[in-house]
Amino acid sequence: MPETETESGGGAHGATIELVNLTKRYPGNPNPAVDNVTMEIKAGETVVFVGPSGCGKSTTLKMINRLIEPSGGRIRIDGEDVTDIDPVKLRRKVGYAIQSSGLFPHMTVAQNIALVPKMIGWPKGRIRDRVEEMLDLVGLDPGEFHGRYPRQLSGGQQQRVGVAQALAADPPVLLMDEPFGAVDPITRDHLQDELIRLQHELHKTIVFVTHDFDEAIKLGDRIAVLRERSHIAQFDTPEAILTNPADDFVSGFVGAGAALKRLNLSRVRDVEITDYPTVTVDDPLQTIFNKLRSSGTNEILLLDQRRRPYKWLRRGDLMRARGSLARAGTLVSDTVTKDATLRDALEAVLTDNTGRVAVTGRRGEYTGVVDMETLLNSVHELLEADRLEALEAQHELEEARAAQTHAEQEGPGGEAKA
Amino acid sequence: MSFWEYLANRHQQLLTDAYQQASLVFQCMLMATAIGVVIGVVTYRSGWAGNLATLGTSAILTVPSLAMIGLLIPLVGLGVPPTVIALTLYGLLPVVRNAIVGLRGVDPTLVDAAKGIGMSSAMRLLRVELPLAWPPILTGIRVSTQMLMGIAAIAAYASGPGLGNEIFRGIASLGSKNALNQVLAGTLGIIVLALLFDAAYVLIGRLTIPRGIRA
Repeated sequence: MPETETESGGGAHGATIELVNLTKRYPGNPNPAVDNVTMEIKAGETVVFVGPSGCGKSTTLKMINRLIEPSGGRIRIDGEDVTDIDPVKLRRKVGYAIQSSGLFPHMTVAQNIALVPKMIGWPKGRIRDRVEEMLDLVGLDPGEFHGRYPRQLSGGQQQRVGVAQALAADPPVLLMDEPFGAVDPITRDHLQDELIRLQHELHKTIVFVTHDFDEAIKLGDRIAVLRERSHIAQFDTPEAILTNPADDFVSGFVGAGAALKRLNLSRVRDVEITDYPTVTVDDPLQTIFNKLRSSGTNEILLLDQRRRPYKWLRRGDLMRARGSLARAGTLVSDTVTKDATLRDALEAVLTDNTGRVAVTGRRGEYTGVVDMETLLNSVHELLEADRLEALEAQHELEEARAAQTHAEQEGPGGEAKA
Repeated sequence: MSFWEYLANRHQQLLTDAYQQASLVFQCMLMATAIGVVIGVVTYRSGWAGNLATLGTSAILTVPSLAMIGLLIPLVGLGVPPTVIALTLYGLLPVVRNAIVGLRGVDPTLVDAAKGIGMSSAMRLLRVELPLAWPPILTGIRVSTQMLMGIAAIAAYASGPGLGNEIFRGIASLGSKNALNQVLAGTLGIIVLALLFDAAYVLIGRLTIPRGIRA
């Protein structure tokens, strides 16, 4: 398999995946399990298939590496038609990660990860280095985990090894079938963050199946909401689906609180961070008094010696505390970083009784504040922009659909006329 | 003559018999294992084939051993051949049944995962299914060995090797002063051999079952 051999130096980037009229029929059932799915997945993109149980999302995924043989249609990876090639060869080029049980219990972590590289004939030394590299990549200490067996790992660790196994031979495409379905919510959250980080480094083409819409929003560059028989109800960016669901089915699936979920998709860095009057604990009391009086705001932010937000000081606080900084004011209960989601920021603003939250840099130092008003304005702007974008996409989709319906209705007769 | 004196007198003969018995059982077990695992691998995927294999091998076991050897003598003659054939046939059932149960018991998602990462079907069998089914197969082999150890005594009937000769000699000369000693020596010898084999299987289990799936 020379194709995979050559591209592994700097890591194989993603490949495009095209599904053309992909169909799966099971004998004895008049309705196809997957009906005529056509979609194009761009190189390096993360696409999430989301839909209710039994909608055929998993079947569609398994047709990409032909664990389930399609009854009709074509699959093209990186332009190459793989519908009829040897499935064993195809699967070695396509990473596959499934729910926790994907690891082989009789092999050590290292043996599990080495499986695919071994199958495609990497030399021993390279495999050994690769195993260490992969363990590092998924955040497990190679020295500690190398020789362990899967049952000696927690669910989250098993899942990490599963991802390492799928990525070991550096496939351009990674298929993930509800990989985080069996772990607890906190671990799942961590694993999702890790996957996002990995994808930033690797730029694989990832197709991810889940029934959890929040997971889809978090991970997907684009989301395909599937209804029964894998019909695509909407295939768009998370923002567009949240702000402009195509129909009742999609909005039902998005569920309540779409605007709140939208907040998860933007970061504090995307909104305006304003400056705010500050003093430090080392400033003389007189300076602090003057600042308070001249600031025009109700309170000022007191920073500690390392310029980290410490307390909110109100006018009068100092009087009441008889000039003692140690006793005056209220402690800063929560801060956010620029990478925090707007949802986190909103949470912090709501819990902080000053109606604003301090934004901190990498070492916790003060960089500015975000207040309720800024947050509201930004969210409105975001939603409005999303809506316009989604309308445009919707329009395009309708045009495409109309063309298709037209072609279908005309059928072969139309061609004869032409 | 007390039992101990008997043992001291005849230890040469007894050790030879014991060695032959052990070697007989060991070799028959190797054959039964090889044939049994192959039968299991060939039949486990289909319901009826697997059931047929289990049924067939258990039918063999219902044939009384004396009758089986008796039936084989006209076909293959006296001595080693009828003994080996009979023992191998008897040893099949536990191996075949456990191989089928073990292979069918492999988690289907693991088989799917093996397929998904690009293992060919031969590789799947050798790297995933058989190693995971090995503990039950080994149990089958162990049960089989215990059984064969007892049945092998009958081999003496067809002038075969083993401790059965002691027992038969004793039974033939009941009433003589060494008769009881002979039967006892043969029987106890077989029990000791069976225990030794069992200990060996514990060791083999520790050496061949990966730590990841050891109970």
